[in-house]
Amino acid sequence: MGPEDSERHRDMSEPGFFSEVVEWFADPLHWEGSFGVPSRLVEHLIMSGVSVLAASILALPVGMYIGHSRRLETLVVSVANLGRAIPSFGLIFLAVLVMGLGLDFPASLRPAALFALTLLAIPPILTNTYVGIQGVDPDTLEAARGMGLTEGQVLRGLELPLAAPLIMGGIRTAAVQVVATATLAAVIGGGGLGRFILDGFATGDDAQIFAGALLVALLAVLTEVSLGLLQRAVSPRTSPGRRREVPEPTPVAGPAA
Amino acid sequence: MSFWNWEWVGTHLDLIGEKLGEHLWLTLLAVGFGLVVSFPLAILAHRRARTYPAITWVTGLLYTIPSLALFALLVPFTGLSTLTAEIGLVSYTLLILIRNAVTGLGGTPEDVKEAARAMGYSERGVLWRVELPLALPVIVAGIRIATVTTIGLVTVTALIGKGGLGALMLGGFRRLYPQIAILVGVALSVALAVAADRVLLWAQRALTPWARRTRSVTAT
Repeated sequence: MGPEDSERHRDMSEPGFFSEVVEWFADPLHWEGSFGVPSRLVEHLIMSGVSVLAASILALPVGMYIGHSRRLETLVVSVANLGRAIPSFGLIFLAVLVMGLGLDFPASLRPAALFALTLLAIPPILTNTYVGIQGVDPDTLEAARGMGLTEGQVLRGLELPLAAPLIMGGIRTAAVQVVATATLAAVIGGGGLGRFILDGFATGDDAQIFAGALLVALLAVLTEVSLGLLQRAVSPRTSPGRRREVPEPTPVAGPAA
Repeated sequence: MSFWNWEWVGTHLDLIGEKLGEHLWLTLLAVGFGLVVSFPLAILAHRRARTYPAITWVTGLLYTIPSLALFALLVPFTGLSTLTAEIGLVSYTLLILIRNAVTGLGGTPEDVKEAARAMGYSERGVLWRVELPLALPVIVAGIRIATVTTIGLVTVTALIGKGGLGALMLGGFRRLYPQIAILVGVALSVALAVAADRVLLWAQRALTPWARRTRSVTAT
């Protein structure tokens, strides 16, 4: 791809293009085998799921500890700021420099991609866990301690359930970013739905580029919506029949990639 | 050749500078146009609260679409061009800019507005002379987040032939440049993000000397 390619564009009103896209989706060859939509979707989901899980395992306990003990609070700020400043596009290539392409691994489990995606998912989970836990009403905690609850019981019985909507919100933000950025794994030869876009760029197949982009966009939106529902489900009821309002998150991290 | 190919860096400072300049230019264009598009929408949402959910729904949807997908959706129509890059980049700034502007404008205490009206301010006067100045810290906080986010996203446009510092990263990976170009690209991109954030923070403090320091950590 070079400047000379920038001449290649079409008219919005051109009817042929959208029928090409429909034909692409209708072609049974694009739904079969390891290069088909279902296998690429599964690769995308495995890659994203493993990364969000790994990031949760790392970030949840740390966020809980910092939120509960109020120690090392600057760590959260630093991680949040650093996570915002480092471009995920560059992070993937840095990971390749350190870990290599890892071509012996399955297309969904290339170490460089998993490493970069995990790092990307840590800041929102860490920040939200910390903010959720430290934001629990001190009077409530005082009352619980006065009733003789141990620190562990306070964390499990009070802080975690009250922070659950925010923690889930952090996992949702992380998951949406990871699903988005997993598209870039195709740039380093990994799998996932990004392959359709990247291969389309390489061969100049506009219909495939468009179809791949539609699939990626759809998956990102579905991730956002389904995890949003899950977030609502974990919000504790504070009064009978009325759910506690889920705090409206303000975006701190970007759409990543 | 070892990874630390400083000789290449030394002899290609003009290339690196050019990419840095392109990065900055793409960012400024995106945030500039983002402000132009978001400002009237924020005023509209502030004045007519019923339009706000629709505005956040559309901009939220744009925000959720992965950048590579958004660029790829545009490529068949606008080609591998700066226009394609900017449509995508501007789209991502809208949610952040509008949300912060609406939050900021809505934060003026009712009695302050009441006092302004009693002093003879028109509704327009209240907006421009009272609500807007008081909202500036929150608005600038939005511009900071949008700018830092955009600096990161510009790198992805390397895949559609632009990219600024992202072109160094992609070129380093594809062996168009030595691998150290990846590190140079990432380091300069982080530096640019930090510098832009500092400059905007300074500008905000200079513009609103009465404002206290804002909170540094919020939930995502």
